[in-house]
Amino acid sequence: MNTPGVYMMCIVAPMSIGHALLGLLEGGPRHGYDLKRAYDERFGQDRPLHYGQVYSTLSRLLKNGFVTDAGVEAGDGPERKRYAITDAGVTDVERWLSTPEKPEPYLQNTLYAKVVLALLSGRSAADVLDTQRSAHLDTMRELTRRKSDGDLADQLICDFALFHLEADLRWLELTAARIDQLAVEVNR
Amino acid sequence: MTLLRAEGLSKSFGKTQALDGAGISIRAGEVVAVMGPSGSGKSTLLHCIAGILPPDSGTVHYRDQDLTAMNDSTRSELRRTEFGFVFQFGQLVPELTCLENVALPLRLSGMKRKDAERAATDWLARLEVEDVAGQRPGETSGGQGQRVAVARALVTAPKVIFADEPTGALDSLNGERVMHLLTTAARETGAAVVLVTHEARVAAYSDREVVVRDGRSRDVEFAR
Repeated sequence: MNTPGVYMMCIVAPMSIGHALLGLLEGGPRHGYDLKRAYDERFGQDRPLHYGQVYSTLSRLLKNGFVTDAGVEAGDGPERKRYAITDAGVTDVERWLSTPEKPEPYLQNTLYAKVVLALLSGRSAADVLDTQRSAHLDTMRELTRRKSDGDLADQLICDFALFHLEADLRWLELTAARIDQLAVEVNR
Repeated sequence: MTLLRAEGLSKSFGKTQALDGAGISIRAGEVVAVMGPSGSGKSTLLHCIAGILPPDSGTVHYRDQDLTAMNDSTRSELRRTEFGFVFQFGQLVPELTCLENVALPLRLSGMKRKDAERAATDWLARLEVEDVAGQRPGETSGGQGQRVAVARALVTAPKVIFADEPTGALDSLNGERVMHLLTTAARETGAAVVLVTHEARVAAYSDREVVVRDGRSRDVEFAR
């Protein structure tokens, strides 16, 4: 088992930028620069978006019918095309928020984004956390069964994964305990 | 088959409301983890559904009997014959040997000493602690003592075992051993287990979880 390789993939695997942009558009139409600024402010502390990523993502969302052209913003500077989320886009965000992520290490970026976007859009962040807890525990049950049936090597490999999943769950519990505080922060 | 069902449980201690309309449903033979942060009400929920604490309001049905409508002696009898208990710190009787501790519930039910001790010896062996049979609880390690407590909970062939943080005082390795032996024995005997824990790795020995927060529970099965 090439554990470091597996974890490096997990670390660099990006969260779903498309869904994050759609979630931000639920607050009202925005142009690309505005979206990048909002994304960087909320989710991009360690990894701000490149303009190219923003526009290529918006182009894909437009092509898939998740956003629509909402006209051009008037102003002193250069003209800026605005994008609005469509009903199909809202449905896609709903589906993304209610689908648990595959339990694996270093999920915090995606989970944090889901919680923040649920709070921003008036959805239940507690439901997002509960759904994820359930998915994590299902994986932990499977690992625990494998451990019971396996040899010492299996037990140690499963323990490694179990301790990492447990750390995720502790984060979920702590976030659940702070959800009211976070709701005030994100809606400020 | 639903074995135990509690609805609308509320319980306050002075001005502190521990339960606020909690509910839970337990099927025969399943292992259910009751999870939640400290102070969420999960231990109070366990004590109410096990008939240890009377709720201020709400009902607890075990099969077709309403625990909240029973008098103390009937409820005590039910607890002794149908339920088993494992707590965080064993709660073994310090003056008795481990064998006598395990045999105690059978003796209280009127079984002869010889028969009770034979059954207790069998359970100590199943929990892999037969070598401490003649020792007093204070002479055993934490892990051994907790396995003796599990043997005592199982010796009466209960239908439901209530375990409140059974590994809370143990290190990881001993905790896992206790959980493995407890859930394996419960599955072999067909007993349901209600397991209160805040540890995810302990909850991973369950079939499903019920989350308690601010005195309210979230039980998917209960809604069905």
